[in-house]
Amino acid sequence: MNAQTNTTTAASPDVIVAKNLTAGYRHKIVWRDATFSIPKGEFVGVLGPNGAGKTTLFRLLLGAMKPLDGSIALNTDEPRQGHAHVGYVPQRRPVDDATNIEALEFVRLGLNGHRWGLDRGAAKERKTAMKALKAVDAEALARQPLSALSGGELQRIFLAQALVGDPEVLLLDEPLSNLDIRREASLVQLIHKVVKERGVTVLLIAHDLNPLLPVLDRVMYITNGQVATGKPETVITSASLSALYGAPIEVLRDSRGRLAVLGIEEAAHAH
Amino acid sequence: MRTDIFAAAHGSEFGFNLVTDLREMWQYAFMQHAFEAGTIVAIVAGVIGYFVVIRRSSFAAHGLSHIGFAGAAGAVLLGLNPLAGLLVFTTGGGLAMAGLGRKAAARDVEIGTVLAFMLGLGVLFISLYKGYATQAYSILFGEILGISATDVWVTGIVAALVLAVMAVLYRPLLFASLDEDVAAAKGVPVRALGIIFMVLVAITTSIAVQVVGVLLIFALMVTPAATAERLAKRPAQGIAIAIIVALLSTWSGLFVSYYVPYPVSFFITSVTFGVYLITRLVIATRRRVPVARP
Repeated sequence: MNAQTNTTTAASPDVIVAKNLTAGYRHKIVWRDATFSIPKGEFVGVLGPNGAGKTTLFRLLLGAMKPLDGSIALNTDEPRQGHAHVGYVPQRRPVDDATNIEALEFVRLGLNGHRWGLDRGAAKERKTAMKALKAVDAEALARQPLSALSGGELQRIFLAQALVGDPEVLLLDEPLSNLDIRREASLVQLIHKVVKERGVTVLLIAHDLNPLLPVLDRVMYITNGQVATGKPETVITSASLSALYGAPIEVLRDSRGRLAVLGIEEAAHAH
Repeated sequence: MRTDIFAAAHGSEFGFNLVTDLREMWQYAFMQHAFEAGTIVAIVAGVIGYFVVIRRSSFAAHGLSHIGFAGAAGAVLLGLNPLAGLLVFTTGGGLAMAGLGRKAAARDVEIGTVLAFMLGLGVLFISLYKGYATQAYSILFGEILGISATDVWVTGIVAALVLAVMAVLYRPLLFASLDEDVAAAKGVPVRALGIIFMVLVAITTSIAVQVVGVLLIFALMVTPAATAERLAKRPAQGIAIAIIVALLSTWSGLFVSYYVPYPVSFFITSVTFGVYLITRLVIATRRRVPVARP
């Protein structure tokens, strides 16, 4: 099964290739028979109702769980924990008002946190971490304790930590939740910039499609036990979205051709 | 042992000269042992304590010390060294807590329930033993002035082992403590680390009981580290501060108690508490006015 994916992906620029992939736990299949491929350098929005299995896809890509059936390959490899090519920002992070660790040190953990033994080469690593902070416009926050940062600032630091190891794929699990509209838009623009500058492939889980519409290269919908992917212009229509969510969703176009999606948040939480 | 210290201190007066004062104190073997064991325990407690605090498992550490009380009392009853009982019980307790996962170590009700039962068990063991009052007192509140040369050696070897393991685990444990999900994704064995760490906490608790007793473990293991967490923005600095606070409190506690007939543990806990309080107050008054951020 692995050999088969190796031969198919070797010739193509696809970073992620899934074939007849079925995901789930011993007694419960989350979704089945997904076949898709994601080319290098794309910004992919992963959408779907709560509990549909969006995070399950990330767990497969991180090697935290194995497919029940079919295959998934990341750069022609079977995903495994500790894969250097993957940067990951999970949904919730334990930062409270006593977490006094400075942003720079936190980012540096993304570089050497998995290494055994005492801390060596700190000066060089701090430079690399500083570069990652610069890439997300957060150099000024380097010496700030995490507890002093706002939600939007924290997301930038998490992004820098995920980027510091120079990954090819970034998995971002709901980085936009709990941000206001302005910060949402600025974080999306920032991620877009990183995608373009570094050629990183981004999979971003979100509930609301609207902040992502201007930058998405591809949309992946996970709902009703199925995974569907497509270009935004084909997927983001009233008919296809309503069918996916099983609820009335409207896609509107304004006078400048910009899209807006209505009803998706309600549909996502209703499930 | 309490009578020894009174006898030793009798006639000795505070001389306002640290060198001669210390030289005089260290003529007594029990004072030497106390300083040696106290120093070793303060260093290990500072290192382990920092991780206990950033992992938010201080109540688990507190619970372990109470589990240790039953072990120490049981050992005394059987005529064994209390340290052996402490090590067996706290390690068992640590493994059980770690086996239930990190979230279990944060469950106050379950830990509190086991803790109360273990204290009850300890009381039974102690009452079955004839020297009831003194033994219970020294296990509960520490008896640093009763530490023998052998105890110092055992403490030193155990501490060296704990520190050696910590030197290997340092960065992955830090990563797993601050950022468990990402650490796991990076291939850090977070569950195994959690189990090893709880064993290290158990061992550290056991040797620290000699100095401050099971009821006051918090003062050496958690309070200095909590102060450090507030002051340090880098983990290495945090560990250094935790060690310094633990050392200063132990040394000053021993020093003062040589002249004043009150328990060493009281002075140690007072110093760590005082430093913590001052730190919080200073931080609270210096906290800048929040400004709008982009």
